[in-house]
Amino acid sequence: MQHAVDAHRLHFAFTITFHYIFPQLTMGLALLLVYLKTKALRTGDDHYNRAARFWGKIFGINFAMGVVTGIPMEFQFGTNWAEFSKSAGGVIGQTLAMEGVFSFFLESSFLGVFLFGEQKLGRIGHWWSAFLVWLGSWLSGYFIVATDAWMQHPVAYHVGANGRIELASFWGLLLNKWALWQYAHTMLGAVQTGCFVMAAVGAFYLLTHRDEVYGRTFVKGGVLVGVVAAVLQLYPTGDAQGKLVATQQPVTLAAMEGLFQSEQGAPLAILGQPDVDQRKLDNPMEIPRMLSFLTYQKWKANIQGLNDFPQDLWPDRIEMLYYSYHIMVGLGTIFIAVMGLAALQLWRGKLFKSRWMLWLLMLSVPLPYIANTAGWITAEIGRQPWLIYGLMRTTQGSSPRVSAGSVWFTLIGFMGMYSVLAILWLFLSWREVELGPEHTGHLPGPALADSDD
Amino acid sequence: MGTLWFWLVALMIAVYVLLDGFDLGAGAIHLVIARSDEERKQVLSSIGPVWNGNEVWLIATGGVLYFAFPALYASGFSGFYLPLMIVLWLLILRGIAIEFRDHIHSEVWDPVWDFLFCASSLLLCVFFGAALGNVIRGVPLDASGYFFEPLWTDFQIGTETGILDWYTLLVGLLALAALIVHGALWLVVKTTGAVHDRSLRIARLAWWLVAALTIAVTITSFRVQPAIAQHFRSAPWGYVFPLFAIAGLAGVRWAMARGYEWNSFVAAGCYLAGMLLSAVFGIFPMVLPARNAAYSLTIENTQAGRYGLTIGLIWWILGVFLVTGYFIFVYRSSAGKVPLEKHVDS
Repeated sequence: MQHAVDAHRLHFAFTITFHYIFPQLTMGLALLLVYLKTKALRTGDDHYNRAARFWGKIFGINFAMGVVTGIPMEFQFGTNWAEFSKSAGGVIGQTLAMEGVFSFFLESSFLGVFLFGEQKLGRIGHWWSAFLVWLGSWLSGYFIVATDAWMQHPVAYHVGANGRIELASFWGLLLNKWALWQYAHTMLGAVQTGCFVMAAVGAFYLLTHRDEVYGRTFVKGGVLVGVVAAVLQLYPTGDAQGKLVATQQPVTLAAMEGLFQSEQGAPLAILGQPDVDQRKLDNPMEIPRMLSFLTYQKWKANIQGLNDFPQDLWPDRIEMLYYSYHIMVGLGTIFIAVMGLAALQLWRGKLFKSRWMLWLLMLSVPLPYIANTAGWITAEIGRQPWLIYGLMRTTQGSSPRVSAGSVWFTLIGFMGMYSVLAILWLFLSWREVELGPEHTGHLPGPALADSDD
Repeated sequence: MGTLWFWLVALMIAVYVLLDGFDLGAGAIHLVIARSDEERKQVLSSIGPVWNGNEVWLIATGGVLYFAFPALYASGFSGFYLPLMIVLWLLILRGIAIEFRDHIHSEVWDPVWDFLFCASSLLLCVFFGAALGNVIRGVPLDASGYFFEPLWTDFQIGTETGILDWYTLLVGLLALAALIVHGALWLVVKTTGAVHDRSLRIARLAWWLVAALTIAVTITSFRVQPAIAQHFRSAPWGYVFPLFAIAGLAGVRWAMARGYEWNSFVAAGCYLAGMLLSAVFGIFPMVLPARNAAYSLTIENTQAGRYGLTIGLIWWILGVFLVTGYFIFVYRSSAGKVPLEKHVDS
């Protein structure tokens, strides 16, 4: 049984990790497309429209990847996590169904309009189509985060006579305080991916002396939005998220920080390797008392260590949790530095000539993907050993009749297929960047299936 | 409340079959009816602006099924684990085939996606039909409310059934033939020239296959699932569904003979909806019949709590209004026939 549960976990982890490469970019880019279209409207400068068309192409590739890798996610609640779905479907089915009804239809309808209907819609109409694509993708994000937030911090439910978990308050579910902070934090992460990608492509053009008008627009847009997002990512959203973990999931906080022994005035570990068997952190590089201060604003506040909790309440992959959390926070700090420096250079009017800064921006492009992924791993491993925090353990949630053999069969299938998809995605995305906005930015005809003319 | 949601889910499935049905059917005959690159682009353009929105009906229906009947969702999806995963792979291949083909124009690029688009569409039609066949025939549920079906066992209808047996394959073939007619008639409506003419010819031919298979599937369904006959006897108003299907099937022939393109497409939709709802009506109030009738899943033992179902109704109605608005907008802005583009520069 444990054997099968591990396979089910790996199945979900693999497919969701691959899937989230795409929405984090499209959600971030959607906002930047609205930015470009707004600039075009306000300045009347057509190169913003061309820039929006160019990013529309990249958006289209990533959106298609997000759609095809997203469908398996909803299916897997039933195929792989049947016991969980049977118990909790009445609650989390609500948010998942609302995502389909309120966001997927909106996104899929207006993306086509955005990509092919520019001539027909006119300037204002086209701005609206970009806006509705943004709205759809951000709504989608909310429903998914609200679903995850309920698993992290279940609210607004009661347990029915048949043992199934039933919804008790619709607004309680949607306005779960965990969801609000987690959503803000998640979306800022997506915005940063969008900003770093846009700035990196711009930096590439400037460094190679081609499409420089666009290069400047991309670097400027990416840095301006990116610096704001990078700061908000840390404070207040990251801070608030951390405090929720501290009060609601104290054992998770201890594991994330690698804190085994409870301490008054606990230090913040910057580096170090947790040795779970010996219950200690090797080679620690620490800032004294910092963890207590960050958590409770008191230098001497008591932080509970893992030793204070029975071992069957510990997250079952402490090392992974510790490292993913530290990678996320470390990269988040680096983003503030990189974007802050770039913004400073922009303000001084030196950014477009500053080759080292452009190199830095270009080479940073994989980092936000890593940070976003590490953040989600922190959230999901941190929730262990619970599937629904405090209510249902992960080992109780999988499909009782689906064998480990079946799961490995489909997992290997997904791995093979996603490898091919990843190659195609890189190849097509690179090709669009290589062709450049001058090439792809020409105005597309009216909707293909159009006979008015 | 559960009964209301039963019919709302049935309605959503019917809308999915009507909408995604035509682009799946068009895909299944893609390689046959469109020979040159221009013709293939014509087929893809006719579904390009709408296929993704159509497919969203599948996701939305899955979501609604999940929250309204969680125990059915859990049991059905885990029991149909293998075929559902295959369906997912086919949906992935089909989605990227449609979306990625246009990025590059090359004699080694295009045929790959054309083939994948056609093959995945065709197999999806068969699998969706076989899935419906499985639901009608019943699955080997046990007292725990779960089951697991292998892809096939001995192709017989015993107690240990597989996904594929002679009956579910027959339903799969009917689904393929019916969706080919539906998709071909969509192309008749949306295209001109050679694609239009070939589609019409295919629709005419496949119609006979649909008529023959409809008779075969109807007769065998009554034998395979005795509950159907019982329910029709106890509630004879349900005969409106099969009558609707027969009228649709006859309407297709009638409209094709007179060259009414839209009417024939709509009639094909009536046929599909009539057949699907007949099946759904037949198994009501079961939502997933078991081979051993004592273990069948019903509305009663799978529905979610009353509060959730009531609140869901409010946002569902609001959502459906919005979605109807989007669809009218999108279909209107891509209305009319797709011309054959002579020279395409990419």
